[in-house]
Amino acid sequence: MSGPNTSFDPVEVAALDPATIDQAVADALAAAQAAGTLDDLKTARAAHQGDKSPLALANREIGALPPSAKAEAGKRVGQARGQVAAAFAARQGELEVERDERILVDEAIDVTLPGGRRPLGHRHPNELMGQRIADIFVGLGWEVAEGPEVEAEWFNFDALNFDADHPARQMQDTFYVDPPECGLILRTHTSPVQARSLIERGVPLYIACLGRVFRTDELDATHMPAFHQVEGLAVDEGITMAHLKGTLDRLASELFGEGATTRMRPSFFPFTEPSAEVDLRCFVCRGNDPACRACKGMGWIEWGGCGMVNHNVLRACGVDPERYSGFAFGMGVDRALMFRTGVSDMRDMIEGDVRFNAQFGMEI
Amino acid sequence: MRVPVDWLREYAAVPAGARAADIAADLVRVGLEEEAIHSGGVSGPLVVGRVLTCAPEPQKNGKTINWCSIDVGDANGSGEPQWVVCGAHNFGVGDLVVVILPGGVLTTPMGPLEVSARKTYGHISAGMICSERELGLGDDHDGIIVLTRRYADDPEMLARLIPGADALTILGLDRETVEVNVTPDRGYCFSVRGIAREYSHATGVTFTDPVIELSEGAPAANDHGYAVRLEDSSPLRGRQGCGRYVARIVRGIDVHAPSPSWMRQRLTEAGMRPISLPVDVTNYVMLGLGQPLHAFDLATLRGDIVVRRAHEGERLTTLDAVERVLSPEDLLITDGGETPIAIAGVMGGATTEVTDGTSDVLIEAAYFDSTTVARSARRHKLPSEASRRFERGVDSQLAPAAAELAVQLLLRYGGGSADDGVTDVGEPPQPTQISLDPAYPGRFVGVSYAAEDVTRILTEIGCTLAGQDPLMVTPPTWRPDLRTAPDLVEEIARIDGYDRIPSVLPTPPGGRGLTHAQRVRRIVADVLAGQGLDEIWSAPFVGDVRHAALGWDPAEVRTATLALANPLSDEAPLLRVSVLSTMIDALLRNEARGQRDIGLFEVGQVVARVGEQRTAPTVDVGVRPSNEVLEQIYAAVPPQPRHLGMLLAGDRERAGWWGRGRHVDAADVIALAHSVGAALGVPLSARASATMPFHPGRCAEIMLADGTTVGHAGELHPKVIASLGLSARTVAAELDLDVLTIASEGTTAARTLVTSPLAYQDIALVVADAVPAAALEASLRRGAGEQLESATLFDVYRGDQVGAGRKSLAYRLVFRAPDRTLTTDEVTRLRDQAVAAAASDHQAVQRT
Repeated sequence: MSGPNTSFDPVEVAALDPATIDQAVADALAAAQAAGTLDDLKTARAAHQGDKSPLALANREIGALPPSAKAEAGKRVGQARGQVAAAFAARQGELEVERDERILVDEAIDVTLPGGRRPLGHRHPNELMGQRIADIFVGLGWEVAEGPEVEAEWFNFDALNFDADHPARQMQDTFYVDPPECGLILRTHTSPVQARSLIERGVPLYIACLGRVFRTDELDATHMPAFHQVEGLAVDEGITMAHLKGTLDRLASELFGEGATTRMRPSFFPFTEPSAEVDLRCFVCRGNDPACRACKGMGWIEWGGCGMVNHNVLRACGVDPERYSGFAFGMGVDRALMFRTGVSDMRDMIEGDVRFNAQFGMEI
Repeated sequence: MRVPVDWLREYAAVPAGARAADIAADLVRVGLEEEAIHSGGVSGPLVVGRVLTCAPEPQKNGKTINWCSIDVGDANGSGEPQWVVCGAHNFGVGDLVVVILPGGVLTTPMGPLEVSARKTYGHISAGMICSERELGLGDDHDGIIVLTRRYADDPEMLARLIPGADALTILGLDRETVEVNVTPDRGYCFSVRGIAREYSHATGVTFTDPVIELSEGAPAANDHGYAVRLEDSSPLRGRQGCGRYVARIVRGIDVHAPSPSWMRQRLTEAGMRPISLPVDVTNYVMLGLGQPLHAFDLATLRGDIVVRRAHEGERLTTLDAVERVLSPEDLLITDGGETPIAIAGVMGGATTEVTDGTSDVLIEAAYFDSTTVARSARRHKLPSEASRRFERGVDSQLAPAAAELAVQLLLRYGGGSADDGVTDVGEPPQPTQISLDPAYPGRFVGVSYAAEDVTRILTEIGCTLAGQDPLMVTPPTWRPDLRTAPDLVEEIARIDGYDRIPSVLPTPPGGRGLTHAQRVRRIVADVLAGQGLDEIWSAPFVGDVRHAALGWDPAEVRTATLALANPLSDEAPLLRVSVLSTMIDALLRNEARGQRDIGLFEVGQVVARVGEQRTAPTVDVGVRPSNEVLEQIYAAVPPQPRHLGMLLAGDRERAGWWGRGRHVDAADVIALAHSVGAALGVPLSARASATMPFHPGRCAEIMLADGTTVGHAGELHPKVIASLGLSARTVAAELDLDVLTIASEGTTAARTLVTSPLAYQDIALVVADAVPAAALEASLRRGAGEQLESATLFDVYRGDQVGAGRKSLAYRLVFRAPDRTLTTDEVTRLRDQAVAAAASDHQAVQRT
């Protein structure tokens, strides 16, 4: 143990000389500023802030000072070290921002490179067209009904007032299940679903029948042995042909845009009386171009058949024709797709070539 | 039905300027759709010309052409002579010829040819002098038409031959024929008479029914006509096969007398071939009035005409020289009740045919029942002009007038004399009166028709009316299709005009939206498309060969499906039992067209017949079947579940700038199957299955939680791939979507999410190769209990370190307690329990 060093003169301690400290601070600030990278900064920091740095040494010297000098020296050294630390921290911040920016630049990629390790698949446009039509009817407060493709002849024909001997029955190009006496066929239209719905659900009834139907047509550009149909049936009290016209017009404008209207021409179908062919205002020229290729200058395009439900159909389904009346209509879903999108060869629809689907998105 | 316009003009006051296109447009409004317009194919200017000069000029090629000047009046606009080169030599100066001027159009085998002034043989030839063939008038191409010679015997025509006059009308080249489509309810429109009536409805012009005058002029039936007996012992549907039989006889016809040219022309234009006067006359009357007639050679008839049903096994050789075995449903015209001489309303027999030796004919004008004729025509595959009309219903009062017109025409053009005897036997069905509330049409259509409009229209179409409220309406005899009030409503609506019907949207009570099954199908399709698959649909026709190729027993498949009686292809007569079976073609087609890396899916109905094929009864139209019959109908229709098929070939992950692709494998398609379950909230499980058409070691049976089979997924059997020509390692799946639809009904009960921290432990278990991963995981779960939140298989290893026939499965087990943090000891104990269960169930050994 030794006594107090009363003879020690703080002014004599070189490390704590104000000029020396100012110089150390100036050197440190210059070094921080001079560091161009974080690594340089780290080295500079070790030199100017580390244990052997002049300021650290100065700090250690304070302890040797007499109490009267400690306060002033401590204040001086503390301020100096704070100034240096702040300078290094600021420089550290600057260099980090620079580095981060540089990394982001370095990490840039070519965003035009093709992707598609596993490309998206596609819905079939005919199915999407059916969905779209279904949604229109659901929006009108109707329901969508379905039924079997192999169907009883009674549902496909007799229930719909196709008499066994009527020429219309022969005109349907029906696929018959063997043996022909078994009374089964591939449905030629979705109308048997109407009969099933009337029997199973009764009236009032507002249904759209969507599905696949079959005719004995060889496959070519304009015929398919299997195709898609939509039929509508509304049976209620007070249903009129004007309601039929209103529904057709609405369906036309939903599918083909504002201004798409329909016209009815007298025709014959066993299941309706009165019956009509329904034509669609040409969706290309709207009837304004005598040279139009879509409608051959006629202004109208054949769309489907319709009429007021024949009383015999209502009777066959147990509905009282004195109290209820109804309308029905039917048209091709595939044709609607052709109209909307310009598909010109029906084979493209049924052959399953993925290039066909790939032309379309999920919204038809 | 083809209607020559000048014939139509005979019965309806068609405006002078109306062309075929105008007429067709008018007919469309009343429901007769235009099929085509036929014309001569020549359009003007085609004019009469007088040859002024004709200078022969020999050519280097040996031909001699004539350089002619022709007076065409003012037809060329200048009145100057027209200069034309002509190669023919059968004419001279002063002759009247036919000249087509520039702008005129000829029809050639190569298509329409517009004539223009053009340079030929060193001259500018401004038109052509025409031959018969160039104008479509005949085959004569050797010489041009010399009008003065052509009409030498026709002073009336000679007077019209003035240079510059329109030759189109002179030669009849302006004739047009309108072809319309006649709907099956309008039998009467298979006649010019019927079309003329409709034209008058459409336009309001006067219609002159030729039948009125003919009926008035026809002699009354008497008892000395040819004896005819109607002996239908088994009417079809309670209707006499022959409701009326009119017979007239004309004797001493000049066998060689030709039919008049106008008649031959009209027949040709209407689409029938002129044959001989008696045959042409019967066809002409049929086309004109709608009554099919038959002409028998009277000399070949021995006894009374007896109309009866055929006997079993009876035979008749018809006009087309085919011997036909008759059915007891066939109605026959017989000679004396014994020898068949015609199938009524369908076709005559060969023995009584009118020939060029015929001088006496018996004209038959009968009313045959539509059902009888329809069935016979179908049975013998003999659709004829006559049967087409009888099937659709012939005017029951038409026979006497039609026979009268036939007799008149035969007498006028064939000479001879008509017998006084007129046969008219039978009771044709009478139209039934229809009761009509005069307000009903308006109520039904949604247009307020005035009462007087209703009565006016009904009268206009030939109905007889009585009473007022209700109106008692008797339809005309040519409208057998009018039987109910809605039938009359259609007449009112269409004559008044469908365009008058307003557009009113009905207001349904509101619906349930899409059904669960419909939503399920959309979800499944969207989910699969989102995972890279393309939706397709295929015709559901398939055959034994395909079934055999898929490794199935074709005979066994047939017991689960149905065959078509009239398939489009004999190779594919069956209805599919699997969507995969018909998707194959689409995959092959894509590959043949150069696409690889294909993923397809289809949702469609298949047939799943169980037990014997049943017969679906039918019931007559307009009658609701009894519940019992309805049940039989329902039961006969086989179940047709909706299946989902998936078929993938090539790379599942494509090669690209990022590196190599990855070929699709069984795990991919099994994962797709699971994704469908996940999308529907239905947990699915898989177990190994050896089911064709799949690879026996790479096929999963996909099941619901309760073990119900949903379908199969995996790699196709190498034999199947080879026999179908598919690319190697093609994978597939077929799931019963109906099972998934039902399983996904109902709602999910939500759990509260646990927020306490999780702890995990990794383990590796060595088991025999045959132990399925799913079974091992089930054991781990059983051992660890509810606090095992998940067990994720992150590595499978086979090799030296575990020994042959064994594999190591590495799992990360994640534990979590619902209410607290699990301690390390607890987690270790849970892991040990899981490992112990695996050891006890599968002799699993933990790898350390």
